[in-house]
Amino acid sequence: MNPKLLGGVVIGLLLCLAAVLAPWLTPHDPNRQDLSAIRQPPVWMGGAWDHPLGTDSLGRDLLSRLLWSARVAVMVALGATVCAAVIGTPVGLVSGYFRGRLDTVLMRVVDVWMSIPAVLLAIALMAVLGVGLLKVILAIVLVDWTRFARVIRGEVLALREREFVEASRAIGLGPFRIMAEELLPNLVPLLIVLASLEMAIAVGVEALLSFVGLGVEAAVPSWGSMIAEGRGYLLVGWWGMTLPMLALVVTVVGFNLLGEGLRERLDPRLRTDAAR
Amino acid sequence: MLLQVKDLTVRYGGHLAVWEAGFTLGEGEVLGLVGESGAGKSTVGRALLRLVPEPGRIVSGAIAFKGRDLLGLPEAELRALRGAEIALIPQDPLAALNPAFRIGLQATDALAIHRGLSRREAAGVMARLLARMGIPDPEDTLRRYPHEISGGMRQRVLIAIAFSCGPSLLVADEPTTSLDVTTQAQILRLLDGLRSETGVATCFITHDLGIVAHLTHRVAILYAGCLVEQAPTETILAAPLHPYTRALVRSLPLEGIMPALREPPRACPFSDRCPERMAICDTAHPPLKSVGAGHQVACHLY
Repeated sequence: MNPKLLGGVVIGLLLCLAAVLAPWLTPHDPNRQDLSAIRQPPVWMGGAWDHPLGTDSLGRDLLSRLLWSARVAVMVALGATVCAAVIGTPVGLVSGYFRGRLDTVLMRVVDVWMSIPAVLLAIALMAVLGVGLLKVILAIVLVDWTRFARVIRGEVLALREREFVEASRAIGLGPFRIMAEELLPNLVPLLIVLASLEMAIAVGVEALLSFVGLGVEAAVPSWGSMIAEGRGYLLVGWWGMTLPMLALVVTVVGFNLLGEGLRERLDPRLRTDAAR
Repeated sequence: MLLQVKDLTVRYGGHLAVWEAGFTLGEGEVLGLVGESGAGKSTVGRALLRLVPEPGRIVSGAIAFKGRDLLGLPEAELRALRGAEIALIPQDPLAALNPAFRIGLQATDALAIHRGLSRREAAGVMARLLARMGIPDPEDTLRRYPHEISGGMRQRVLIAIAFSCGPSLLVADEPTTSLDVTTQAQILRLLDGLRSETGVATCFITHDLGIVAHLTHRVAILYAGCLVEQAPTETILAAPLHPYTRALVRSLPLEGIMPALREPPRACPFSDRCPERMAICDTAHPPLKSVGAGHQVACHLY
């Protein structure tokens, strides 16, 4: 396993563990306020073990909030990525396989879609849809399905010219069976890599939306909203903003490492050796 | 007649790949389609399955297979023919197998589709077929991925796939060019054995006259997309008439390169390189003329 992949897998596993085990790992209710203990510093800065990473300006335990936020991050990452792939992949397959007028129409739609700034589109969608976890996922999917469609189409254009596709047509396979049974399995390595990178983007966009107050509901802790809340107290309690930022950065870097590592691992040129 | 091709014309954009080629194939007959690269022989082979690669189009002509008009057939009926009635042995066996699947899965597709066999039954049929082709441990081969077996094995697998549904027409597109010489000989012997056993009519695309001499009954020579001569194999080899065929059979050197047709030819496409060029060669395209028993040639000399 290459170092990038190892790093990505470790970070990904830790994140998933944090998300799944948040209710049992956290010392406090993430939303319980303790106004007698606001902006407590982390333990290494003289804080108490009761709040290992300190508290925010409403006295809420930062560690608990960070761990609960991981749930949002994982749900958004998985949900948005799977949905974007499920929409984008068939579009890319059909577009690349049939080519012609259908391809032109679909790809112009994708072009126009992609020409709208992603963040602007996401913010506009959230403003219309209203806040909430599912709506965040929907907004990210609507913004990012085109990425799958475009990349998959490119790969299909190359794959469809391969002789095994002609050979399957020569034994009587129809276009949809060729797409599903011959092309799709050859797209799996690419899809895995795309999905990892997409997860990084999804986590980032969710944080951004929550940061501007258009993400998940206020009662649900999210790194983005934590950063926004801690921002005003940077000089008196830097940890309130910095720790969620750190969690966000590590997560995004982790997913990117996972994608990069997987790409190196699944590169078709290296695949013969890897299979043995 | 099993197969009747008339005035087949195939165009790739501005390039005429095949122009008004016509030939017939009887039951059990082996026709060699011979020409250099770019002469249109593979295109003719693909046209028989109506699988001319894009942007190629069959612009005119007719292909009748068992009395059915292949060019007018709906796509669904054509799919029922492909692999079942008309089978293709492709040129490059590695490229023709899907790298993502074990041999067993892809080798059983044709039987599953056309014969309605379950994968297990199809694998059994396949294993028996592979064993007959001299593969020592067919079950093991079926469990492997394409990159794990040798080129000769892969070509055996593809031949087995082509024969699995008992086709009545086989299109073999230079099935041995990607193999080394000893393997070539084995594969050709195997192919010829299976062919004579099953009596399948075969369209053998090649540029190798040695193969033609051993395997075919009749030969059609293509030059720049035009059929220039057609005759029984012995006739072609013993008494070739067209200057191009003569050069080919006697391995004579030719000046220049084969032209690419863009328009229907108004002159003989071979005239630039022809040692016996006459004035008429540059002003009229020679039609295919009957000159003997089953022997046709397109040349102003005759």
